[in-house]
Amino acid sequence: MVPVTLVEPFRPFARLWSRHRLTISKDDFESRVLAILGPLHGVARRLTQNETDAEDLVAETLTRAWGARASLADASAFRAWLFRILNNTFISERRKTLARPREELLVEDSSQEDSAFSLFEHLHEPFLLWLANPEQEFFDKLLREDLDRALAALPEHHRVVVVLADVEGLTYGEVAETLDVPVGTVRSRLARARSALQRTLLNVARDRGLQAARAPSAHGIVRRKVSNV
Amino acid sequence: MSEPHDVGCELALKRLVEFVDRELPVSEHDSIEQHLRICRNCCSRAEFESQLKQRLSSLPSEGVPPATRDRVRDLLKRF
Repeated sequence: MVPVTLVEPFRPFARLWSRHRLTISKDDFESRVLAILGPLHGVARRLTQNETDAEDLVAETLTRAWGARASLADASAFRAWLFRILNNTFISERRKTLARPREELLVEDSSQEDSAFSLFEHLHEPFLLWLANPEQEFFDKLLREDLDRALAALPEHHRVVVVLADVEGLTYGEVAETLDVPVGTVRSRLARARSALQRTLLNVARDRGLQAARAPSAHGIVRRKVSNV
Repeated sequence: MSEPHDVGCELALKRLVEFVDRELPVSEHDSIEQHLRICRNCCSRAEFESQLKQRLSSLPSEGVPPATRDRVRDLLKRF
């Protein structure tokens, strides 16, 4: 019994001690970086929308990350930790070039941005009732270029959450860690970002003849029917 | 024995994105899934959101340009 009562109170300190002791070796750092260089460059490319800037951003990120390696508390969180440094580096670099970078990059969710827009609902508007499966028609005609253009058209604060969560497949927790915001904020930003993305994709649907270029219905979801016409 | 309580369309749609992202607690995930089994419209909507997410996740990466990869390797060597 005595060892238990002596050891238990010190467990938290042991964890803290072990965290502070974590230092990543050069070889480990290098192998971890090379393992995720593709996603890292992919996020950088979508943030900067420019190959030269993406390369510079990756290089600056790695330099900062190596310098800050002692701040990596958990080796299993290396990816989120590195993406966080990438995002912070991108923001700090943009601050140098934008007059009002915070408004653009770190916009808060108090704006009136719509999070309820649904492309699915718009594809099911009455004039399309002759289509047996409008959403499948949409996906059949949706090109990679359409998605690339829609992503590129998003404001940066929207683009970054969609890229991290949907393109790169990070969990909400990892996105929160990357952006240094609470998970609840990730949920709300993601809802707005996807809504904005779908609003942009509505134009694709219109171009492909899957949606009329007119004001959206105010009736919400319209149940699908197959016309005899 | 009573049927499990149906969460209804309003709540299902509200939680749909988190359901598709598998970010809901297990019990809530199961409740939404139960609703989707009985509601064709919500099920179609879930399939749409899921397919869109899948298309985004399968966007082929343009790949790391050789010059960038070389620069990164050189940089890592200097650390």
